[in-house]
Amino acid sequence: MIKGKVWKFGDNIDTDQIYPGKYLPLTDKKEMARHAMEGVPDAEKFIKNVKSGDIMVVGKNFGCGSSREHAVVTIKGVGIVCVIAESFASIFYRNAINLGLPVIECKDIKLIKEGDDIIVDLTKGEIVNPDKNENYKGLPLSGLELDIIEANGLINYLKKQK
Amino acid sequence: MTLAEKILARASGKKEVTPGEIVMAKVDVAMSHENADVVLRAFRQIGVPKVWNPDKIVLLFDHRVPAECEKTAETHKRIREFVKEQGIKHFYDMQAGICHQVLPEKGHTRPGEVLVGTDSHTTTHGAFGTFSTGIGATEMAGVWTTGEIWFKVPTTIKIEVHGKFKPGVSAKDIILHIIGKLGADGADYKSVEFSGPTIKDMSIASRMVLSNLSMEMGAKVAFVEVDEKTIEYVNRKSKEISSTFNYTSNPNANYEKVLEFDVTSLEPQVACPHSVDNVKPVSEVKGVKINQALLGSCTNGRLEDLEVAAKILNGKKIAKGVRMLVIPASWEIYLKAMQNGYLETFIKAGALVLNPGCGPCLGAHQGILGAGEVCVSTTNRNFQGRMGSSESFVYLASPAVVSTSAITGEITEL
Repeated sequence: MIKGKVWKFGDNIDTDQIYPGKYLPLTDKKEMARHAMEGVPDAEKFIKNVKSGDIMVVGKNFGCGSSREHAVVTIKGVGIVCVIAESFASIFYRNAINLGLPVIECKDIKLIKEGDDIIVDLTKGEIVNPDKNENYKGLPLSGLELDIIEANGLINYLKKQK
Repeated sequence: MTLAEKILARASGKKEVTPGEIVMAKVDVAMSHENADVVLRAFRQIGVPKVWNPDKIVLLFDHRVPAECEKTAETHKRIREFVKEQGIKHFYDMQAGICHQVLPEKGHTRPGEVLVGTDSHTTTHGAFGTFSTGIGATEMAGVWTTGEIWFKVPTTIKIEVHGKFKPGVSAKDIILHIIGKLGADGADYKSVEFSGPTIKDMSIASRMVLSNLSMEMGAKVAFVEVDEKTIEYVNRKSKEISSTFNYTSNPNANYEKVLEFDVTSLEPQVACPHSVDNVKPVSEVKGVKINQALLGSCTNGRLEDLEVAAKILNGKKIAKGVRMLVIPASWEIYLKAMQNGYLETFIKAGALVLNPGCGPCLGAHQGILGAGEVCVSTTNRNFQGRMGSSESFVYLASPAVVSTSAITGEITEL
């Protein structure tokens, strides 16, 4: 179960907005986290106030564009513990799983508002909004995806397999 | 089965696969550029001493060549050391060009195979009937370790293209038009198959434009129907092509949908800021003043693109106040463009001819935009801030539109 406060973003947020290309040479994760969502217009409030344990709820085609993992690293780096999207671009989705960032696809994201406190059940693909007494159905993760998330990413997962 | 299903069935050792099924596929080619540095760090963490097969890994530098800063210089150094340590045979350093052009040229791109690359535009290789797609660096570390990767078998959209292009209209225009119609997520996690008489008439270089840009509508893979042209090209470049595999979808293959387009009356198209699906005919965008014109990239930096531009720029001058950058996609193209006299034409017209690489396309170096500046570009992305300032503007168009606009100083109808 994941519990957290919601930050909302729109459709087609691309990887250049999540993590601008000029920062690609950076390798230090803390340094990378300083630039999360820097290219998204009107993201100042998020950048200033995002806290560890928060959840992002986003629109269609989130993470479209480049294959850069930095986009996941930077989102994880600011403390986001789960991203819920109407849909994901597939490379971002895979990168998130492989780096241990839980991601859920859910068609009802419009019912979730910024600042809501929500609870996510990855196994069932269920999202609960207790203050509003609402439940949303998302796509549950597959067995392999859950195993990788549980290991906190592909590296640890493969270490265990070795 | 569709071609995507056939290749995944073969790669996972199954007789048949169906869309939605998760398969573990054997990888034939694993490609990385500068981000091999991120891959090798993840690989070290996994802790196996040797990569699964050093002959199936292809590495080169294209994003930042020559190194534009100290951090990149160190990145290049670490990768060179890794290449030596692991005995990786296919390493081209910075003397080859952009990965998506170099791999076909050097015979690493073959139909019926699984090719993964740590670059989103790896879809380009689908133009040769290759199941090719972009993956992240950590996932590539997994491939280097096991030689395998999981895929969810995608559904397939077939796109049939008919008609003959008007003069000055090309592959770039039809694919921008298609992306405009389908949207930036119109093919999310789908296999796309291009076929029809217009596609059959296209050169290999033009077909690569379709597969390259299909990434911008979310395609997982983007095939162009394999024909004698493909086989001739691949045979010329590679000795390893398998002759026993049938590279086309079966006649009874199951398509999610079949779309038809006719190019007969299509005019040149422009993708306007800040998304690739914001597509308009050039007549609706003409007159937009430009500061920079960029000809190059894995989309449109091939010899036929440079030829179109050289014909337009021959004896002409780039408009005052405009800078034009020309970046051939590979060394092979660079050399041929020189031998054919195109580079001389560009230089005399006042363009800056740069070394092959990705350069300014991703805002890495060699032509970054300042606030308020406008670039018309043959590249594949116009996201906000992609080429520099988040207050700059990138318009995507064909080599013909970009070259014509460089002369007039504004986006120009041909």
